[in-house]
Amino acid sequence: MARAMETGNHTAGYALAVAGEANRDARGCVCGAYPITPQSEIIEFLRGFVFTKGCVVPVESEHSAMAVCIGASLAGARTFTASSANGLAYMAENIFAAGFYRLPVVLIAVNRTLGPPWNIWVDQGDSLMLRDAALLQFYAESHQDLVDTILVAFRVGEDERVLLPVLVALDGFVTSHTQMVVDLPEQELVDRYLPHCKIPHRLRGDHPTTIGGLTWPRETEHHRIEIQEAMERVPQVLTEALDEFEQVFGRRPHGALSAEHTDDADMVLIACNTMARTLRNVVNTRRSKGERIGMIKSKMFRPFPREELLAAVSNAKRIGVLDRNHSPGSGGIFWQEVATTLQPCPDVIVQDYLVGLGGGDVTPRFIDEIIDDLASRDKAGKPVWKEVAV
Amino acid sequence: MSTVASPEELYCHNVLRPGNTNCAGCGMSIGLRWLDEALDGEKPTMVIPACCGIVTAGAFPTTAFGVPTAASTFASAAAVASGISNVYELNGESNVVVCWTGDGGTYDIGVATLSAAAERNENVLYICYDNEIYGNTGGQRSSATPEGVVTSTTPKGKSERKKDMMAIMAGHRIPYAATLSVAHRDDFLRKIRTARKTSGFRFLLMLSPCPTGWKSDPEESIDLISYAVRSGLFPLYEIFDGIRYRLNERPDGMPVEEYVTRQRRYTKVPTDVAPLKSYIEDQWRYLDAMAKAFPADGGVNPCHRIPSEDHDRKGE
Ligand SMILES: Cc1ncc(C[n+]2csc(CCOP(=O)(O)OP(=O)(O)O)c2C)c(N)n1
Ligand code: SF4
Ligand SMILES: [Mg+2]
Repeated sequence: MARAMETGNHTAGYALAVAGEANRDARGCVCGAYPITPQSEIIEFLRGFVFTKGCVVPVESEHSAMAVCIGASLAGARTFTASSANGLAYMAENIFAAGFYRLPVVLIAVNRTLGPPWNIWVDQGDSLMLRDAALLQFYAESHQDLVDTILVAFRVGEDERVLLPVLVALDGFVTSHTQMVVDLPEQELVDRYLPHCKIPHRLRGDHPTTIGGLTWPRETEHHRIEIQEAMERVPQVLTEALDEFEQVFGRRPHGALSAEHTDDADMVLIACNTMARTLRNVVNTRRSKGERIGMIKSKMFRPFPREELLAAVSNAKRIGVLDRNHSPGSGGIFWQEVATTLQPCPDVIVQDYLVGLGGGDVTPRFIDEIIDDLASRDKAGKPVWKEVAV
Repeated sequence: MSTVASPEELYCHNVLRPGNTNCAGCGMSIGLRWLDEALDGEKPTMVIPACCGIVTAGAFPTTAFGVPTAASTFASAAAVASGISNVYELNGESNVVVCWTGDGGTYDIGVATLSAAAERNENVLYICYDNEIYGNTGGQRSSATPEGVVTSTTPKGKSERKKDMMAIMAGHRIPYAATLSVAHRDDFLRKIRTARKTSGFRFLLMLSPCPTGWKSDPEESIDLISYAVRSGLFPLYEIFDGIRYRLNERPDGMPVEEYVTRQRRYTKVPTDVAPLKSYIEDQWRYLDAMAKAFPADGGVNPCHRIPSEDHDRKGE
């Protein structure tokens, strides 16, 4: 392992590059690249990387960045791209298409607020907008989590039992532009970890197939059922991918979610990305004062790990969800998932907190206030706007 | 000596196979067969965006295309083709990648994608079958629809001129651009072969008769294109490296009325062909000036032009 002090964006760029390079003895790798703040350093890094068998295509839009990945993946290559905010919105049509074609493109989302009005700071509304695509979604809390999750993403997405695109999200600026010490795995270890990318339905010069043409309702139903079944196989494939990761790299990345101190906790807070790190500090401090409080770092959003979540919160009376996103007319998007999961437990209070939108800095003080609010509730209410940028 | 095609030849490996859903008299039916013929047995990989051209395949699990075909989103054909052709190149495979697209996917929604792929000089053969309308969605205007034409979104006749896509593509200085007529077989086949021999981005524009949209008689499709060429409305020409022009056919005095009166989309005809006549005049003045100022290859037949060493595709 090469320990380095790196920004989140260079960490992501490095992980994509070594993953692409690991396919050099197969059909190579292709990245469609288009810049947007705070993602740009990722594609700049990749444009500067010398691939043995790969290329980075500098397209004119995110829509085409994903289209290039689709074409390259249909031709059998390992493919990846990255974007943020409006770039993800612009790319959306082809993200849906990549899922429907069953192509394991890895998409890095550097979370940023959608606009206009323009705001470049972190907000998960951009990647969560894509929740209804046939797209796995992982949220990385640190630089190490990021590089590990990207490698796992290739492994899981390209598994023949899954064959779906995978999004890996990191916080704009908070992660993308700060430096942390990180183990950047060497190429030969990545070569061992990642099998060659195989697209079983790839276009072959000698074989006439038409991919993506017309279907009737019957075929569409089957197609969607197959996608759902592939999603349902993800937990098993992920577990295997983590086991293998541990064998090759000697450490185990977090799984779909990590439950911390939940066994005896009355109160459980749920968060993702860097907010989960701040939450961890607050929870640990309060536990040291004797409070029975726990937390869940939510990492895999799609497929949503309902069973793991239910098991992890089986003793909780109150659950607070920290949502750095907003679905107008409803509330937080993680909260919707958590509330649906907790349906069998009508006595549990599931309260939503909309916090840190538009990049507001969620410091421990605000999380303490949220926990105090949750502790004082005898029933859940509307999503609470927890303003922090005052 | 002509032989009868075996069922295998007929059904398996042609670009366009029997059982396709094209309307009778559709220009695509001829264009796709001639594309196949001109490739001399080589099998292209096709990228087709949303348009009549993908409906041609029929519904899954059957397909009328006998070659590998990707159906892309509407705006993405040139970018998907770029991805495929890059992987072929990385792997030393020489298969030609062909975009087969409508005017909507070329002149309108796909124009940025097309422009970018052309600017990157991707190794893609891009063919637009231009029926001057959104056929697939029921016949709405596009920016390829000529002035005066009635469509479902220009009920009083279109008031704008047709966009000059050839000039736009020439502006990208791509190695080869040409127009194709389904009434000029030899010229058509020669241009496909020239395009195939050239590497980099190649753009071919085919005026594609569409009896359904043009409200014309299917059996007159080829005649109509012949009239369009002879009247000067649809010039046959080639542009090399975006700058050297070669005109293949001059108007022979055929009145444009012969073309328009056989279609019910030109409802104001014959009272008002003046806009079309001035369009033809301007177009020829422009083309003559370009061909005079920048003649192609000093009169050498461009189909004998040898691609330069470094532009040569792998495996050729
Ligand atoms: C993003 C998007 N917008 C709209 C459509 C609907 N649509 C499908 S085909 C088409 C028109 C195609 O016209 P053209 O490219 O000229 O091909 P033609 O149907 O005439 O062959 C439209 C508007 C779509 N598929 N995708
Ligand atoms: S509507 Fe026109 S372009 Fe479409 S298949 Fe019919 S004739 Fe061809
Ligand atoms: Mg059309």
